[in-house]
Amino acid sequence: MSYFAGRYDVAVIGAGHAGCEAGLAAARMGFRTLIFSISLECIANMPCNPHIGGSSKGHIVREIDCLGGEMGKNIDKTYVQLKMLNTSKGPAVYSLRAQADRKKYQAEMKKTLEQQENLFLKQAEIVNIVVENDKVKSIETNIGAIYDVDAIILATGTYLKGCIHIGDVSYESGPDGVSSANKLSDVLKKLDIKVNRFKTGTPARINRRSIDFSKMEIQPGDEVIEPFSMDNDFSSDNSQMPCYLTYTNEKTHEIIKNNLHRSPLYSGLIHGTGPRYCPSIEDKVVRFADKKRHQLFVEPIGRETDEMYIQGMSSSLPEDVQIEMYRTIPGLENAEFTRPAYAIEYDCIDPQELQLSLEHKRISGMFFAGQINGTSGYEEAACQGLIAGINACRKLSNKEPIILDRSQAYIGVLIDDIVTKGTNEPYRMMTSRAEYRLLLRQDNADLRLTEIGHNIGLISDERYDKFLCKKKNIEEEIKRIKNKVIKPTTEVNEFLKKHFSSEISTGVKLSDLLKRTELNYEDLGEIDEKRPELTLLERKEVEIQVKYEGYIKMEESQVEKFEKLENKKLPTDIDYSKIDGLRLEARQKLDKIKPVSIGQASRISGVSPADISVLLIYMEVNKRKGKV
Amino acid sequence: MESTIVAISTALSNGGIGIIRLSGSNVFEILEKIFVPKNNDNNIKGYTMKYGHIIDNGEIIDEVLVSYFVGPKSYTREDMCEISTHGGLIVEKRILELCLKKGASLAKPGEFTKRAFLNGRIDLSQAEAIIDLINSKSEKEAKESINQLEGQLSNKISEIEKAILDTLTAIEVTIDYPEYDIDEVEGRNTLNELVKIIELLEKLEGSFNQGKLLKNGIKTVILGRPNAGKSSLLNAILKEDRAIVSNIEGTTRDTIEELVDINGLPINLIDTAGIRNTENEIEKIGVERAKSLANKADLIIAIFDISNELTEEDEKIIKIIEDKNSIIILNKIDILKKNDEIEKKLSNIGKPIIKISAKNNDGIDLLYVEIEKMFNLANIDVNDEIVITNERHKNQIRYAREKIEEGMAAIKNNLPIDICSIYIKQALEELGEITGKNVSEDIINEIFKNFCLGK
Repeated sequence: MSYFAGRYDVAVIGAGHAGCEAGLAAARMGFRTLIFSISLECIANMPCNPHIGGSSKGHIVREIDCLGGEMGKNIDKTYVQLKMLNTSKGPAVYSLRAQADRKKYQAEMKKTLEQQENLFLKQAEIVNIVVENDKVKSIETNIGAIYDVDAIILATGTYLKGCIHIGDVSYESGPDGVSSANKLSDVLKKLDIKVNRFKTGTPARINRRSIDFSKMEIQPGDEVIEPFSMDNDFSSDNSQMPCYLTYTNEKTHEIIKNNLHRSPLYSGLIHGTGPRYCPSIEDKVVRFADKKRHQLFVEPIGRETDEMYIQGMSSSLPEDVQIEMYRTIPGLENAEFTRPAYAIEYDCIDPQELQLSLEHKRISGMFFAGQINGTSGYEEAACQGLIAGINACRKLSNKEPIILDRSQAYIGVLIDDIVTKGTNEPYRMMTSRAEYRLLLRQDNADLRLTEIGHNIGLISDERYDKFLCKKKNIEEEIKRIKNKVIKPTTEVNEFLKKHFSSEISTGVKLSDLLKRTELNYEDLGEIDEKRPELTLLERKEVEIQVKYEGYIKMEESQVEKFEKLENKKLPTDIDYSKIDGLRLEARQKLDKIKPVSIGQASRISGVSPADISVLLIYMEVNKRKGKV
Repeated sequence: MESTIVAISTALSNGGIGIIRLSGSNVFEILEKIFVPKNNDNNIKGYTMKYGHIIDNGEIIDEVLVSYFVGPKSYTREDMCEISTHGGLIVEKRILELCLKKGASLAKPGEFTKRAFLNGRIDLSQAEAIIDLINSKSEKEAKESINQLEGQLSNKISEIEKAILDTLTAIEVTIDYPEYDIDEVEGRNTLNELVKIIELLEKLEGSFNQGKLLKNGIKTVILGRPNAGKSSLLNAILKEDRAIVSNIEGTTRDTIEELVDINGLPINLIDTAGIRNTENEIEKIGVERAKSLANKADLIIAIFDISNELTEEDEKIIKIIEDKNSIIILNKIDILKKNDEIEKKLSNIGKPIIKISAKNNDGIDLLYVEIEKMFNLANIDVNDEIVITNERHKNQIRYAREKIEEGMAAIKNNLPIDICSIYIKQALEELGEITGKNVSEDIINEIFKNFCLGK
């Protein structure tokens, strides 16, 4: 028996990292929003690694934060260790990474959801979506509740037809013992949405008390730390928990090789496509046969648990083989498993069916976010959830969607990549994917995005004013040091000598001294009297902007060219099959993707420069015909 | 603001006249950098023509006529100009290269017409014809490209691409996976790799010039005072059993170019009319004329009479060849009376010296060996396409080299590796314009192929 349970504006299916951001954004934008999860115990769960951030992912968390999302704030409340990575490799790739207290992260996020005005949290599985005239109408739960909704956001993670493999044992399940969602992918298929099968995996968890840490290398957090959220302010914490480093050895590899036939990956039991960047340990041993050892990180999962996560040892071998091979590792000789490693297969869609707003191209009001779009990673999921939530609301208010381009944010790179090119393995963000890496820094996420977040309505006036003040401080300080002339006094040259910098004989702009690699902003304070009082982050920003000015300008001029093509808009109702000059492959691809701009069209594989010329001419023809 | 494009608009052959066409927002800026009009008249007026010289670093490349078109009154409705030259293919290409160096980019197939259309210049009914033109030209270029890319050249480029990609991947992987114990890339190692890459790129780039020489012949001028033995040498070269490929009408009316195949090397002997009948060349054409001939040559063979004193004319010749690519011939070794002073003096110029007897056909082989050595062509099989002949490819390779050089500078200036990697990536993108490879996907593929990472 089903019953009518009410009318809402937006329904979010799934309460993982994508679902939470989507639900919070929609509710905060003033829309009555439902959020469903098969179990409310797994809100914002981290079924795999207990960390957030890292290279390019840390950038995404900052971007989410500056657009008004929750991930940065939540990890700031629940981290157990913070580290800035890549500090020697250049400002664009500094990356913040946190070890999370997983349970606390979930609890804090759940509380935030519960306390949010307009947001209604429901434990239920969605088993049907009703679409009429290509428009979303209602959804139904497994217990028969029917909700009328104007927009839905599917954020189902790895739950769709989830299937876990451990050796020759396999069973239907979502992660962490929660049941899978078995009905929804058939609903999608009925709606003529293509469903793909992907695979991922996770290593075992081990009881801390069974580990001998003296045989491992300790890896503590940073002494000086900074928060993810640019709305927070802290710089030290001596209660951080360490991670540990250890290695596999030839004995481990031998056990794996002897048992390969028992792996479902090699016996052909698993059909899903796994990511190359997350190879299981058996994959690593086979593919990198000459490598004598592989690195393993032992990471805490939280303060209230003794479970430890063993990064680098994901596997789908049988449990008995897993135990045997784990116990060959220094420090893990007596390891007691709490949960075995496993591989999980799940259904996802082809993101090429989506618009850049993350709405389905054909079905109005149906948005997709996170792992269901073929991506991987908590951060990747969260940022899609945020964008889908924002755009669902903007659609309901008849506003243009928020589409960040590749020069504005990693979020823009991610969505443009999956929508324009699709993906044949779970998509992970990497800094190498960004063309304008020097512009998309984690330090300037607020300068790039706060304005947009404020316009959307997710950044409060108070935070916005604070941001404007910071921006002004930075601009004024840069102006000041560009105008300030340092005279070649004995004191100045003594200072330069001390820092192995060549001495000056005429007056030199302070900004030119800052551009010297051997000098930094803090040190220059010695010869720079009457400095304004600035915060640490402001000082860092001034330094980066001045030091790398030339390179930043170079990328900015590339962005100008890029934008010219992005601004040449293509109508989405073009019938490409009727444009004669296009090659067949280009016609088919353009027809499938329906790019919104010449720029996007040029990134589709199989569309050549000549095809782009043809498109430009076609557009001009249409324009002139319109005039006649 | 549209970028400025340039192309040779006339057929790529040694026709009498060639036109280089430019269109875009910086046309006149670029023109000003390369063209010196007579009387230094710098007014720009549409539908006018100016006479003057194309100059590269103070050196006159050719005398030309430039037609000015001020947008929108032009074919593309942008600012345009057409440079008419009489210098033949080599000069046309040099002017094209000069435009590229000064900021123009090479026009894509059908791009002038495309712009004309997009700017409303061409009738709607012709849209299809333009699309056909773009497609056919692209196809043709693609075919030419494929031909070009088959065989050793393609291997060379792939080899360089791979070297750059490896260097870049080594950097990128430590950035994207900072936690892993991959050998940290140090600027010094990268620098060493980049030095090797630069060498490879330079060699390939250099092969373009060799390709040009192979295609058009090594322009060679023989200078010598009357009675030094010029005509005997010339006759010795020509009379031998070597195929005379063709007689091409030269760049000016009073010279003849004779393309001679010497051991597979095309030597383009620039010969003033009647040189074989007269011995008083310098007297006849004058020092100025000899200088200008020498300026246009790839090689000067200066011939001296070893059995006599150096004359005033000899001194003039020495002056001309001092800073040029030249070989000194000491002729008449068959005559017993030798002037050691001459040899001593000439060896001070620092040019290779060959002793021959043109009359007895003695020692001429040594001259050929020297030419081969000089143009480093000995190791090039003329029938093999290991040389770049396509201007577009040459440019991309040059751009790639420039980017790598900037990357090296970044390391030398102690900038973080990330800044350097920006340039290395750009270099790869420049080569990708030739091979059509997608750089960022390649990097990611390499990372996962070569490094063992992940949970």
